[in-house]
Amino acid sequence: MNAVAVEGVWKFYGDYPALRDVQLQAEAGSSLALIGRNGAGKTTLLRAIAGFSSPGKGKILIMGKEPRDTDTRRLVGFIGHGISVYDELSAFENLALFGRLYGLPDPRAAAMHWLERTGLERVHDGLVREFSRGMRQRLAVARAFLHNPSVLLLDEPFTALDDRAIAVLQTLLRDARAEGKTIIMSTHQLREALELSSHVALLSRGQVAFHGPCTAEMIADPGLVYARYGEG
Amino acid sequence: MGFFHAALVIMMKDLRAELRTKEAINASFAFALVILLLFSFAFDPEADTTKALSGGLLWIVFAFAGTLVLNRSFARELPNDCLDALVAAPISGAALFLGKALANFVLVMAMELVSLPVFGIFYNVHWANQLGELLMVLALGTWALTVIGTIFSALTVNIRLREVMLPMLTYPILVPALMAAMQLTMQLVSGNAIGPETVTWLKMLIGFDVAYTAVSLFLVETVLVG
Repeated sequence: MNAVAVEGVWKFYGDYPALRDVQLQAEAGSSLALIGRNGAGKTTLLRAIAGFSSPGKGKILIMGKEPRDTDTRRLVGFIGHGISVYDELSAFENLALFGRLYGLPDPRAAAMHWLERTGLERVHDGLVREFSRGMRQRLAVARAFLHNPSVLLLDEPFTALDDRAIAVLQTLLRDARAEGKTIIMSTHQLREALELSSHVALLSRGQVAFHGPCTAEMIADPGLVYARYGEG
Repeated sequence: MGFFHAALVIMMKDLRAELRTKEAINASFAFALVILLLFSFAFDPEADTTKALSGGLLWIVFAFAGTLVLNRSFARELPNDCLDALVAAPISGAALFLGKALANFVLVMAMELVSLPVFGIFYNVHWANQLGELLMVLALGTWALTVIGTIFSALTVNIRLREVMLPMLTYPILVPALMAAMQLTMQLVSGNAIGPETVTWLKMLIGFDVAYTAVSLFLVETVLVG
């Protein structure tokens, strides 16, 4: 079964087609690395899958439902370019807030659990504006995983992370794969992404230039997909 | 999560964030007090015409000072891309809008309630003579201001000149509500209750609130996601 299905999606910014007839599927439990040069359409595609913007044409389904369906949104965890937590609230207040919005039975317990898993339990009542960049990134990861989503959409998740945050995220993503969650991750860090991925898709000028299983050859030479299918 | 529970969670989040930073409320209070003070030098507080103008003057101050609160409503979500997290959450856009509108309502009402005694002193107006009806008119007028301001705050959140655009879009639409609120306030601060000759303004204000609340709740999902 496809956890995520992108069917003939076009997305326009004015007259410019940022996505052109994109066809992409991610099976439940698979992990898809979405790669491509800057401006290829990775972020636009992830935002459309997450339901932040509507495609101009085509259809996106998550577990067979529209991305904006309320039940679908419960299934999706998203990490974008911003950390999506409030500077003026504490780490605990941020996670408890999103726990409430996701209707978790015990948002406070869930918040403390994820603060512990991301190594932030000792600063749980500290305001986010006082956090270092690495701590803020770990909190963003905790927010995305808080409601135990079955589909994770990660837009360049390793960018600007410190060593500890990278280690935390890699552990969580390995656990997520072991638990059968579906992961779609756009990235420029090819080696880290390919090691965690079962499939790879290359976007070029808004189109899917390659989509297939991630092979040992690709992991050994992360530039291979670009060399074979990209623009050089 | 229920619709009203989600709205309440958003409202509490916005109020907590605002009370920590006091970005909007301090600016709004200061602006209202300065304008009331400045206008008090321009008019003779003993003159009857000043009292007749005072309702209008009060609502001009409330509308301008209130915009400072409303401008921050969705702009608060821009740092760290917090709006993405709210849009991704399994709550309706209408609940998000209602929560934000309620938080704005509380903040604007607080500014108005602090401004009223100052207004009474500077303009020699016995504003508390019809206190119950005055508070009702304030609440209805403030809800009109916050509903229109909040939906346009959502619409202009990604525009670079949003601080300019918000009042330009908001005030023309608010004209009927402001007219009604001004007429009713003028009547009430003069010590007269709302009578048959002014009840039409009250009906108009209530109608405005109901109509624009319904339209905003209906449109906000499109405004946020497109």
